[in-house]
Amino acid sequence: MSFLSITEIDASYGAVPVLRGVSLQVARGQVVGLIGPSGSGKSSVLRAITGLLRLTAGEVALDGSAVDYANPASLRALRDRVAIVFQQYNLFQNMTALANVTLAPILAKRRDHREVEAEAMALLEKVGLADHMRHYPRELSGGQQQRVAMARALALKPELLLLDEVTSALDPELVNEVLDTIGLLAADGMTMLIVSHEMAFIREVADQVVFMDEGRVVETGPPQHVLDHPCSERAQRFAAKILRRQWRPKTP
Amino acid sequence: MLHSLLSELPRFFGPYNLLFLAQAIGVTIALTIVGCGIGYNFGFALALLRVQRIIDIPPLRWSAIGFVELVRRLPFLVLLFLVMFGFQAGGYTLTGMAVACITIILRAAAIASETVRAGLESVHPNQWDAAATMNLSRLDQLRHVVLPQAWRVILPPAMIQFIQLLKATSIASQISVIELTYAGKIMNQKGFSATLSYGTVLILYYVLCLAVERVVRRMEKRLVLPQHH
Amino acid sequence: MAYSFHFSQVWPFLPYLLGGAWVTVELAACAFGGGALFGLLVAIGIESAPGWLRGPLAFYRSFFTNTPQLVKILLIFFGLGELGWFVPPFWAAVFGLLLAESAYLAEIFRAGFASVNRAELDAAETIGLTRMQTLRHVTLPHLLQTVFPPLANQFIVSILYTSLGAIIGVEELTGRAFNVDSQTFRSLEIFIIVGVLYVALTLVSTAVLYGFGRFVLGVRARIF
Repeated sequence: MSFLSITEIDASYGAVPVLRGVSLQVARGQVVGLIGPSGSGKSSVLRAITGLLRLTAGEVALDGSAVDYANPASLRALRDRVAIVFQQYNLFQNMTALANVTLAPILAKRRDHREVEAEAMALLEKVGLADHMRHYPRELSGGQQQRVAMARALALKPELLLLDEVTSALDPELVNEVLDTIGLLAADGMTMLIVSHEMAFIREVADQVVFMDEGRVVETGPPQHVLDHPCSERAQRFAAKILRRQWRPKTP
Repeated sequence: MLHSLLSELPRFFGPYNLLFLAQAIGVTIALTIVGCGIGYNFGFALALLRVQRIIDIPPLRWSAIGFVELVRRLPFLVLLFLVMFGFQAGGYTLTGMAVACITIILRAAAIASETVRAGLESVHPNQWDAAATMNLSRLDQLRHVVLPQAWRVILPPAMIQFIQLLKATSIASQISVIELTYAGKIMNQKGFSATLSYGTVLILYYVLCLAVERVVRRMEKRLVLPQHH
Repeated sequence: MAYSFHFSQVWPFLPYLLGGAWVTVELAACAFGGGALFGLLVAIGIESAPGWLRGPLAFYRSFFTNTPQLVKILLIFFGLGELGWFVPPFWAAVFGLLLAESAYLAEIFRAGFASVNRAELDAAETIGLTRMQTLRHVTLPHLLQTVFPPLANQFIVSILYTSLGAIIGVEELTGRAFNVDSQTFRSLEIFIIVGVLYVALTLVSTAVLYGFGRFVLGVRARIF
């Protein structure tokens, strides 16, 4: 049975529809990659799951039970088990990396101060930032900030991790360190829904790939299918553009 | 003219007059500090009512907007008299000081609410969102994440507005509050030339405002230091 | 509350008060216009004047932004009166307000000058525009965009400041309110009406300025 089950969800930003009847499933321990052109609604799916975007139709179910986004207790319970990392501006600028990671467990989960701190330090070590614990976000590179953001998400012990184009705003040389970290989490068995443009990475790490365009799911399947031999025409055009991505002159 | 002015100086700056001027300056400063101290707090509350992420109660939000727009669009003099006659009609006779204080509080609240609101809205939405999805209460979001970052945007204009309100206290002279401008009028009535009286008062205001500016600049430097969680 | 409202005694004076509103606008326009002229000169002066002139100009700006409008007006009206120059209240108020206006507007203009992008000017030069053409097609439009909203905002602020003229007897809106008050003693009703008139005045001005900015100058911005 799926851990996360999204059924026919619709959502709009004002008058503009961004999600039209989107359905997808994520099983426990699975890594699902969400790909597609800009504006296809990929990020909106993640925002809708965590309750940052209001649904006008459809249902989201976590571990079998539907989420009632209008009910604060239900939303709280959801956010207790699902964590999200954004493309940028994740870290709280006014506190150190360590403080960023310990804030929510202390305030929201009300756990013991010292316990939380010990766990936070271990997490930061795991993502390779033990030396930068007391640094402020502005003193860290983009890649380092995103790794702290992931440590921060992990500190909440989520059962599902949502990653929203976490490398898209980074300078090219910083992308790999973040991808490595995500790979680590996948190997550990973290259930993840990843929106990304890094196709090589998705092909390696994802168990399932969902291709979206214009607010709809166009194709779903294993990476080899969707990326290498897509069925739908739209996915084919997308894949073709991706293949050309390593720039080569057009053959005359 | 210069000769007569110079001959006035020793009498003007006699001990009794200097004490009088000092007291008047005290009143000016007291009015500003009390008015802003209380007014800024109200302004902060008003701003919270207007930021939907924190409080989303339309009637309160519209009331806050109405109040702020009304107070901003009235001249200080008119506001002063409205407060005075309003309380009189209600059966309360307030001292000029009280009326002036209340007027400054109202004005400070209205102006501060705009400043605070702009400050809160200057913090990137992702900061709010990240805190919300981590199940931090709205109060915690405000206290630990948003407000510490918003201060940087709020304080500089707030300090400029403090100086503006200090200047506005001069209008309280019209309801006989013995602040600095009224003191100038009294000196003039005592026989000193208007040029000397009001000129001195003008320079005293300038010195006051500059002093406040200096304090502000020093505080700004302290605020740039990072805060520890 | 024992107070009984008697607006009926005040309504007849409405045309008189509206006349005062017009004087208010005149006062504001004069103070603002003069202030804009002076302010522009001061701003240009601060940008490009020789070193020895910049200090005094900066002091000018500092002094007139850090002193109360009312005291300036009183000093000009009574001070000049002592010297034998009996300035009409209207012009004493204009001059008093103008001094501060010019200081604030100088700051707005200076910010405008600073905002003109070096890169834009270089680009204009490389595509062959003359200095005059650059000025007209690149600098001026950009300047207008930057400068118009704060300028419009400042005009509305100056409308509110004109009420200080009443203290030296100018018969603008607040001044006329005092006159009506001394005749009818219905102070609260009068000032409520006057308050409403000021709010209306600023709202109308905001709308007009916004419209002018948007449709004539192509500037979209919130004003006041």
